[in-house]
Amino acid sequence: MASHDATAGARPAHRRLGAVRPRRGEAAGKAVLALCAFLSILTTIGIVVALLEPALEFFTEISPVEFYGGTDWAPLFEPARFGVLPLIVGTLKITVIACLVCVPFGLGAAIYMAEYARPAIRSVLKPALEILAGIPTVVFGYFALTLVTPLLRDIGIHVDVFNALSAGIVVGVMLIPTVASVSEDAMQAVPAGLRQGAFGLGATKFQVSTRVIVPAAISGIIASFVLAISRAVGETMIVAIGAGLLPTMTLDPRLQTETMTAFIAAIGIGDVPTGSVEYKTIFAVGLTLFLITLALNLFAIRMVRRFREVYE
Amino acid sequence: MDATAAPIRIGADPGMAASPALPPPEAREIVFGVRGASVHYGTHLALRDVDLDVYRNFVTAFIGPSGCGKSSFIRCFNRLNDLIPTARVGGQITYHGEDLYAPAVDAVEVRQRIGMVFQKPNPFPKSIYDNIAFGPRVLGMKGGLDERVEQALQRAAIWDEVKDRLKTPALSLSGGQQQRLCIARALATDPDVLLMDEPCSALDPIAPAKIEELMLELRRDFTVIVVTHNMQQAARVADMTAFFTVEVGDEGRRTGILIEYDETARMFTNPQDSRTEAYVTGRFG
Ligand SMILES: Nc1ncnc2c1ncn2[C@@H]1O[C@H](COP(=O)(O)OP(=O)(O)OP(=O)(O)O)[C@@H](O)[C@H]1O
Ligand SMILES: [Mg+2]
Repeated sequence: MASHDATAGARPAHRRLGAVRPRRGEAAGKAVLALCAFLSILTTIGIVVALLEPALEFFTEISPVEFYGGTDWAPLFEPARFGVLPLIVGTLKITVIACLVCVPFGLGAAIYMAEYARPAIRSVLKPALEILAGIPTVVFGYFALTLVTPLLRDIGIHVDVFNALSAGIVVGVMLIPTVASVSEDAMQAVPAGLRQGAFGLGATKFQVSTRVIVPAAISGIIASFVLAISRAVGETMIVAIGAGLLPTMTLDPRLQTETMTAFIAAIGIGDVPTGSVEYKTIFAVGLTLFLITLALNLFAIRMVRRFREVYE
Repeated sequence: MDATAAPIRIGADPGMAASPALPPPEAREIVFGVRGASVHYGTHLALRDVDLDVYRNFVTAFIGPSGCGKSSFIRCFNRLNDLIPTARVGGQITYHGEDLYAPAVDAVEVRQRIGMVFQKPNPFPKSIYDNIAFGPRVLGMKGGLDERVEQALQRAAIWDEVKDRLKTPALSLSGGQQQRLCIARALATDPDVLLMDEPCSALDPIAPAKIEELMLELRRDFTVIVVTHNMQQAARVADMTAFFTVEVGDEGRRTGILIEYDETARMFTNPQDSRTEAYVTGRFG
C-alpha cells in the first residue's frame, strides 16, 4: 500500500458531480432521427387509410361475396362484372412460375457463393447479381415480350404474344438476386465451427452444404423465399408488358392473363372518372393485394427472427 | 498393444521418467511420421521444420505458448488446412507409411479415418441422435445405425446422460456434455486417430476432468493427439509431449518451432532444453 500514499495529493481536490443540464443539439438530433424512423410507419398508415376508405365505399356498392367469389372480371364493360378471382389467379400463376425459377436458381447461386466460390470469383459474382437486381423492371418487361416469348416459341411451346409463362419466368429471373443474396447471408452467418466439424467428419463439400449449412440457415433461406414471393405478387411492369391485360380464369400459363397489379396500373393511367365504381375497384384490388403482401411479410419477419435466435 | 493404464502424474518420483508402462521405442508403432513439416499462410511461415513420430495408442500432447502453431500443426494431420485457401503445408507427413499429402490421396477419406474435436463444442443444430449419426450417414454406412450411435455415446461416456432424450436438440446440452457429444460424433465412424484441439479450454472447470478421463480411456482403441494450453492437463493425460515455441525473426515475423519432443514424464521432470524448462517450471511456479 506504499504506492497508495505516494500518489495521494497528486490529484486535484474532488469537484462535485454536475447536475443534469439540457443539451439542445442532442434533443434536435434525436427528433430528426426519430422522424426518420417513424416516416415509414407513417407512410404505411397513410397508405392503409387512403386504401381503406374508397375500398370500403366500393364494398357498399359491390358485395364482398360477388367480389371475392366471382369468376368474371369486366369492371369497365356493360354490364360490369366484379369477380376478382381471375386477377388473383393471374397473380398466382405469375408467382408460382417465378418461384419455380428463383427458388432453385437463387438457392443454387447462394450455395455456390457461400460454400464453393473462391474469394476472387465471389468478388465478381456478387456485384454482378446486384446489377441484375438494379435493372429497371420495365426493361425486364420488354425482355419477356421480345426475347423470352419468341424463344419459347422457338423451342416449340405455343404461347400467346402476351403470356403468363414468359412474364413469370422473367419475374423469377429478376428475383434470383434477392433469393441468392438473402440466403447467402444466412449461410455465411452459420458458425464456421459447424462447417469445420462437418468437414472433420469426412463429409464432402456437397454434403456439408446440403446437410449442415442449408438446414442450419433454413429460416433465413425461407425468409428469402417469402420475400421473393411477396415481390412477385407485387410485380407490375413485367406482367403488364409481358403477360398482357386480359383477365382469364385459367391455369394455362401459355395464355394471356392479367394480374391484380397490372389491372391497377392500367386503370390508373386510363381515363376512368374519379369517384366512380370503376375507379374504386382500384382500391378494392389494392387493398386485397396489400393484405396478401402484408401477410407474407409478417411471415417472413417471423422466420428471420427465428433464424437469428438459433445460435444465441 | 495397450499403453499405460494409469495416468502419468507430475511431481511423482522422477524415476518414473523411464515409465515401465510405456512400451520401449522399438516396440512402438508409428501412426504419423512427420519430417520437416511447415505451414505457410500466404507468405507467413507459421511453423517450420517439425520432425516427430506419433505412436499408436498413445496420447500425444502438443503444448506451447499461444501462436506457436499448435492448431496449424494438428490441422495438418486430417488435412483440414486444405480448407483454408491461403494455407500451404510443406515437408512430409506419412500416415501408416503412406504420404498423407500425395496427390492421389483423397482428403475426404483422410478425414473419415482421422476424427477431430474442436476447441469450441460445435454440435450441429440437430437432435443428439442425428449429430452422432451424421458421420455414418455421410459415409453411407448402412444398417446398425442405432447400435453405432449407442456405442459412440458410450465410448464418449455420455450415454447415460442422454439415452432418454436422443431426439432432443443437441444444443440443449451443457457445454461439457456438448463437447463429449462432439467426441462421440467423431468416434461414430470408428476413426483410427482422434485429434483434439484444446478440447477443454471452452469448458467450465469440472467438465475437463471427465474429458481427460475419457482421453485415457480412448487410448485403448484409438491414437489421440491433443493440443493443450494447460500443462497439468498434458502431464495428466499425455504419454508423449511436444513442446513448441515462437521464434521472432527479423521484421517481427513469428514462426513456430518444435523445441523438444519426449515422453511426458521426462519432459516435465528432466527437460533437455532450457526453453522447455523455463516454460514448464514457469507455469508451475
Ligand atoms: N487461417 C489462418 N490464416 C492466416 N494465418 C493464420 C491462420 N490460422 C493461424 N494463423 C497464424 O498462424 C500462427 C499460428 O497460429 P495457430 O492458431 O496455429 O497457433 P496456436 O498455437 O494454435 O495458438 P493458440 O494457442 O492461441 O490457439 C499465428 O501467427 C496465426 O496468426
Ligand atoms: Mg490453437
